Amino acid sequence: MSGASPQSPAQAIVIGASAGAVQALLAILPALPASFPLPVLVVVHVPPDRDNVMVPLLQTKCRLIVKEAEDKEPVVGGTIYFAPSDYHLLVEADGSLSLSTDEPVNYSRPSIDVLFESAADAFGEGLVGAILTGANHDGAAGLKALAEAGGVAIVEDPAAAHSQAMPLSALEACPTAAVMTLDAIASYLSSLGTAR
Amino acid sequence: MPEAVVDLEIQLLLEALYQRYHYDFRHYARASIKRRLVQARDQLGYATISAMQDRVLHDASMLPRLLDYLTVQVSEMFRDPTYFRALREKVLPHLKTYPSLKVWIAGSSTGEEVYSLAILFKEEGLYDRTLFYATDINPEALAAAEAGVYALDRIRKFTENHQKSGGRSSLSDYYTAAYGRAVFDKSLRERVVFSDHSLVTDAVFAEMHLISCRNVMIYFDRPLQDRAIGLFRDSLARKGFLGLGSKESLRFSAHAGGFSDFVPGEKIYQRREP
Ligand SMILES: C[S@@+](CC[C@H](N)C(=O)[O-])C[C@H]1O[C@@H](n2cnc3c(N)ncnc32)[C@H](O)[C@@H]1O
Repeated sequence: MSGASPQSPAQAIVIGASAGAVQALLAILPALPASFPLPVLVVVHVPPDRDNVMVPLLQTKCRLIVKEAEDKEPVVGGTIYFAPSDYHLLVEADGSLSLSTDEPVNYSRPSIDVLFESAADAFGEGLVGAILTGANHDGAAGLKALAEAGGVAIVEDPAAAHSQAMPLSALEACPTAAVMTLDAIASYLSSLGTAR
Repeated sequence: MPEAVVDLEIQLLLEALYQRYHYDFRHYARASIKRRLVQARDQLGYATISAMQDRVLHDASMLPRLLDYLTVQVSEMFRDPTYFRALREKVLPHLKTYPSLKVWIAGSSTGEEVYSLAILFKEEGLYDRTLFYATDINPEALAAAEAGVYALDRIRKFTENHQKSGGRSSLSDYYTAAYGRAVFDKSLRERVVFSDHSLVTDAVFAEMHLISCRNVMIYFDRPLQDRAIGLFRDSLARKGFLGLGSKESLRFSAHAGGFSDFVPGEKIYQRREP
């Protein structure tokens, strides 16, 4: 169940962020150690016409491989995948990734709900998900699905978030989620996959 | 309801659709299919996907409603303008050397891509020697494509895309606006054949100089993508061109060796001869 202590070993991390995402991700992703064994899948809302600026920026700051997710590629540990702008990112049951141009969900493409719900299906109890800063409600349903599938649900502390609407609605949908500051999320995630 | 049961219901529904109606979604990327079938179940008011299966097996009028969920009709004129610019600047100069041309728009949806190519070919003086085939598996989408009528509030984006693609004319030359709709000119579809054709279950039907199949194969699993790409290769004339969606590629395909990267960043390939 939720609360930040996994029942079974974590297999993958999903992260969703919107307004204020750059600073929030910079507080988390560069902190992950070079030996980090899990894949990290990230949806950030960016304007559709803008190329994903996040990938080149984080490539220079992270110790892990950072890339834009490609259609049907298998997820590999120690890699951070970003949804390309204007495409949804989904996880298939066999652990490969799919992109889609389905309608926007919560006015968003990529949508955090779409990633989280499909990842919850694929990884079940092995999934850890975090909803960070944002000014909309995307991710709330996804985090709920993740918790219902037995994954670990985390929400950035709304009081400390750049924009609190997204963390607040995630908490409302998933009240059992662990509330953490960005620093706490960074050190919690870093500890995953190392011997417990 | 346990997820495993929903997954099983989906498996059975797809099998039923195939056996009863010959629509084969069994090897589509499952995560997106699942999302859309769950949505269909909830929005159409069924308690379970099995109940939906029961209905569609016994009532063919349910099929189009389900097809609207199973196929994704999202399109735009001159979507990814740089793709159309690359066709204009790099591919059409080659096509100009042929006395007659065949172009296949596979998965043409509601027609936006068809009209975009028709306009591009008109602007470059190739329209009159070209025959276009626009194919899809969704009959309602095909009918909409043939009608060529779009909501007026979409035109601004279409116009912007057309300009960015290097358009030499004004988009407004090609439609008339009435009652909140833009009705595209009949002359654009004079040389277009609209027809039902599935990349999953149907075969080669003509020899093409250019095939544009965008944002269709991302809905397929790997083996099905390979089938479609093999079909494209077999359909292309010597040195024919294949254009894919901006997030699709031949990189992982079994047929990758059958093509060369013609305009790398734009997913435009050229048939390579053995
Ligand atoms: C997202 S739309 C792409 C529209 C257009 N090509 C574009 O890029 O704007 C996908 C289209 O593929 C069609 N499609 C799905 N499966 C197909 C198949 N097996 N054979 C042909 N078309 C298919 C759908 O009905 C839908 O119209």
